Amino acid sequence: MTDLTLFREETRDWLETNCPPEMKKPMTPHGMTWGGRNCKFSHPDQELWLKRLGEKGWTAPTWPKEYGGGGLSYDENKILAEEMTNLGTRMPLASFGLWMLGPALLEYASEEQKMEHIPKIIKGEIRWCQGYSEPGSGSDLASLKTKAIEDGDNFIVNGQKVWTSYANECDMIFTLVRTGPQEPKHDGISFLLIDMDQAGVETKPIKLISGASPFCETFFTDAVVPKKNLVHKLNKGWDVAKNLLQHERKMLASMGLGGSKAASKGKTGSGLATLSKKYVEVKDEKIIDEGLRQKIAKCDMNSHAFSLTLKRVSEEAKNSNNGPSAATSIFKLYGSEHNKQKYEIMLEAMGSQALGWEGGEFGPEELAITREWLRTKANSIEGGTSEVQLNVISKRVLDLPQ
Amino acid sequence: MSLVLSETAAFLQDQTQRFAREKTPTSHFRSVRDSENPECFDREIWKQMADQGLSGILIPEEFGGSNFGLSGIGVVLQELGRTLTPSPLFATGVIGASFLTKIGTDSQKQKYLPEIANGNLTTCFAFEEGPRHKPIISKVTAEKKGKNYIINGKKSFVVDGGFADLIIIAAKTSKGPSLFLADKNSKGIDINIAKMVDSRNSANITFSDLEISPENILGEIDQAQDTIEEILDISRAALAAEMLGGALEAFEITINYLKEREQFGVKIGSFQALQHRAANMFTELELCKSCVLESLSCFDEKSNDIPRIVSLAKAKIGETFHLISNEGVQMHGGVGVTDEYDIGLYLKRARVAEQIFGNSEFHRNRYAELTGY
Repeated sequence: MTDLTLFREETRDWLETNCPPEMKKPMTPHGMTWGGRNCKFSHPDQELWLKRLGEKGWTAPTWPKEYGGGGLSYDENKILAEEMTNLGTRMPLASFGLWMLGPALLEYASEEQKMEHIPKIIKGEIRWCQGYSEPGSGSDLASLKTKAIEDGDNFIVNGQKVWTSYANECDMIFTLVRTGPQEPKHDGISFLLIDMDQAGVETKPIKLISGASPFCETFFTDAVVPKKNLVHKLNKGWDVAKNLLQHERKMLASMGLGGSKAASKGKTGSGLATLSKKYVEVKDEKIIDEGLRQKIAKCDMNSHAFSLTLKRVSEEAKNSNNGPSAATSIFKLYGSEHNKQKYEIMLEAMGSQALGWEGGEFGPEELAITREWLRTKANSIEGGTSEVQLNVISKRVLDLPQ
Repeated sequence: MSLVLSETAAFLQDQTQRFAREKTPTSHFRSVRDSENPECFDREIWKQMADQGLSGILIPEEFGGSNFGLSGIGVVLQELGRTLTPSPLFATGVIGASFLTKIGTDSQKQKYLPEIANGNLTTCFAFEEGPRHKPIISKVTAEKKGKNYIINGKKSFVVDGGFADLIIIAAKTSKGPSLFLADKNSKGIDINIAKMVDSRNSANITFSDLEISPENILGEIDQAQDTIEEILDISRAALAAEMLGGALEAFEITINYLKEREQFGVKIGSFQALQHRAANMFTELELCKSCVLESLSCFDEKSNDIPRIVSLAKAKIGETFHLISNEGVQMHGGVGVTDEYDIGLYLKRARVAEQIFGNSEFHRNRYAELTGY
């Protein structure tokens, strides 16, 4: 038996023994665990599952063991993901710490900072949010104005961030601040870790067209940040900011592995078609409206093709040391545009049942789809608009003239 | 399933790339086209391709091939597709070789496969019966007469049908489709070359009381449907690889043009209206690369989901090749519609290649059926 076969068997045994029953059921709308000091679990099994995986480091399977990570190789991690998919286990922890901050810290933070922050990310003890955009700095992020001024052992921070996801529920915020007002705009930015549990930090949820408020405005008024919370060098925060984005894409690639498996497994059916069949005319399992049927097929095929691409890029990354390939630049663009498309088709299929706002005439799933349809409109805006992604591809990948 | 090229495939790709650049750049395609050679390919070039082993990639070693599989021939076709190399490789090296290897009798294999591998024998598959692809045979019939079969009816859009030595005929027998082999010079075969927009060889073939003796029956009578479906999928995956090559080249040609051409005192590639469209094309191409690789490797790895993956690849590359060749022509401006520039040649090839064995709409429909809706 090879080491990997053995690892697969051990992993499967461990997951079967340790995954609580509720965590083998499909995810529910409120079933996601986000961690943090004020973490609320909608079921006790969520807490148990997070605790068990967190102790093993398997919320961050490939991170080094010395900081509490799983220390798994690429192949072992792939096996773990496959076994979790096979067993249908839920993701134990959704976290911007895991997806964005942690990998950047591993690269740029001091040893002391890593020891302080990474284990808490892995165990879900601290919930992080991202302080990047400002009211006047959206696509042109590097024009940001939030100021940090040195004052003894601290920075004093003043300014405003916007679109800070879940800021009102988070413990800490990783923030881009201007520390060099005289320097060219990219060279005067620093990367600070700011504790939100202080008087100088206030959050105010923004009500969206979906009715939900996943985003906030975050205000800094003489917020105090110890200098030990400066990551990397002063005025070199843009390096960290860019690196963090790269890791976001890489993480997206590895998250896609589970999806591609399901898509390539064959007669697993189509979520879009199954949903549509409840609302449209069907004969012999076939959707009669040929226009809708072709749209669904096109959308399913795009999902399938996208999953294969995530998988291809992650295989290529394994086989080369060149870092993320050119193809990674398409993920954000394609993923968000595709998701919007998918919800448009759902609405088209469901007719007036997808147009409810609230009340008993609509099922909870229907209402959730309507709200999610509205939510998807932000997909191609947050984290860099689709137009910004297109600019990045044309300039950095295709090398088209300025 | 592997989405990264094996060493063998990487070697074949490298070898073919050099061959295509040196021996068959698009100027070769043009010279064949303009020579009015009705075969639409160069026999000397085909001999050289055979000598490099390209015609025998899908043929077992005992019959003179290399048995490198679909992933092997896929990268070869992709590189040849980049330069629009006209050759019998698709109809002979993919379709003919696959049919004979799969269901040929020992004596049929002995007789034909080594000849395909060494480049002496070409084949074509007489299948379509109308202007749009339909994988069910209904019009061309084969009636039993003693030990022989008598074939009547008309086939259309037969790739390489104008010159192929050996015709593989799909015909309806009493309980289902059957396959037969016929020499192109047999009595009862009338071949009319259909001059196509992409300047490749295609023919309409009429059978009038063509008599087939038992040794020329290919596979079991009435039982050919599964084999036909399988070989159609192999052919579609191979063709998708050729189309990917064409799309990649057309894209690169266009990007280079955007970097060279100046208007209003600047390179036109600096215009955001063009940049965003180019970036979109790049995105679609990246998706196509994954689908084509998967569709080739799924055969070699014996996936249980082959038809769906093949339809995915053929539909995606069909759409994308159109997108890129049309946008390519538009972005070239006036010169894009001249014969002098290559971009228009890709536009023409894209249309014909998409039509072979099912266009994108056909494959979306099939994908939906196979997924259960």
